[in-house]
Amino acid sequence: MKARVEVFLKPGVLDVQGKAIEGALHGLGFPDVAGVRVGKTIEFELAGADRAKAESEVKAMCDRLLANTVIEGYRVEVA
Amino acid sequence: MKAAVVVFPGSNCDRDCAVAIERSTGAKVEMIWHQEASLPDGLDLIVLPGGFAHGDYLRCGAMAALSPVMRAVSDAADRGVAVAGICNGFQVLCEARMLPGALLRNAALKYVCTPIDLEVTNGQTRFTAGYAGRREVTMTIGNGEGNFFADDQTLDRLEGEGQVVFRYKKNPNGSARSIAGIVNARGNVLGLMPHPDRAFEEELGSADGAVLFQSVLASA
Repeated sequence: MKARVEVFLKPGVLDVQGKAIEGALHGLGFPDVAGVRVGKTIEFELAGADRAKAESEVKAMCDRLLANTVIEGYRVEVA
Repeated sequence: MKAAVVVFPGSNCDRDCAVAIERSTGAKVEMIWHQEASLPDGLDLIVLPGGFAHGDYLRCGAMAALSPVMRAVSDAADRGVAVAGICNGFQVLCEARMLPGALLRNAALKYVCTPIDLEVTNGQTRFTAGYAGRREVTMTIGNGEGNFFADDQTLDRLEGEGQVVFRYKKNPNGSARSIAGIVNARGNVLGLMPHPDRAFEEELGSADGAVLFQSVLASA
């Protein structure tokens, strides 16, 4: 199975990279852009066929390493 | 008096810390590689130094927090041994959940490297008692991700319980409530972004950092 994890700063946590990108996009002539958030994607292979088990494992990985839940939220996809 | 400095791959202030502790206190300092699962007996202070442990990959301090040595550091802290995380070491302590909060990218997206004036917000801790009532000290900072963040409830608790130890006189990186350093509830684990190890003798511009090491080792 393939796991895909997306990690973003939580709403309310200042995303300074997002702000800088937003400013640059405005400068490029895209004034309608708002709310830019920068995240990261982590993809990996996971052996086994039990999707529910895989999903709960990947969530455990997020809570323990892939995300810092003090500042970040995450989305998990397993397919 | 005996101190240990933990060395992660990518630490770059480990030698500075060792020299700073030795010269300011005369303590014997052992360097501990991050793969060690145990620490020497009889330690009075464990320092997690500045640098870029594991290249800051994923998040600053994230991988270092999972090092074998960190379990031993956490056990030592539970026994009451003093632990100080400086700069990257502060990030490691937050990632290891030994301190609340997290360090975000600096608000201005800039690496800041400068001498900085700090208010000693709590002079009653093991780390600050030596300032003997002095409210203002100078150290240096050098960080790109030193912007302390915690939710309002946690910040209120930190302030209410006297766990905010150092505050920037002029906020250099957007840190919540200008917080530069905090201790855990028990008061034996300190995290701070400023470097006492770069301010331990007058030739460096300030010797105020030496007092921090002297305080904690005097109280041991």
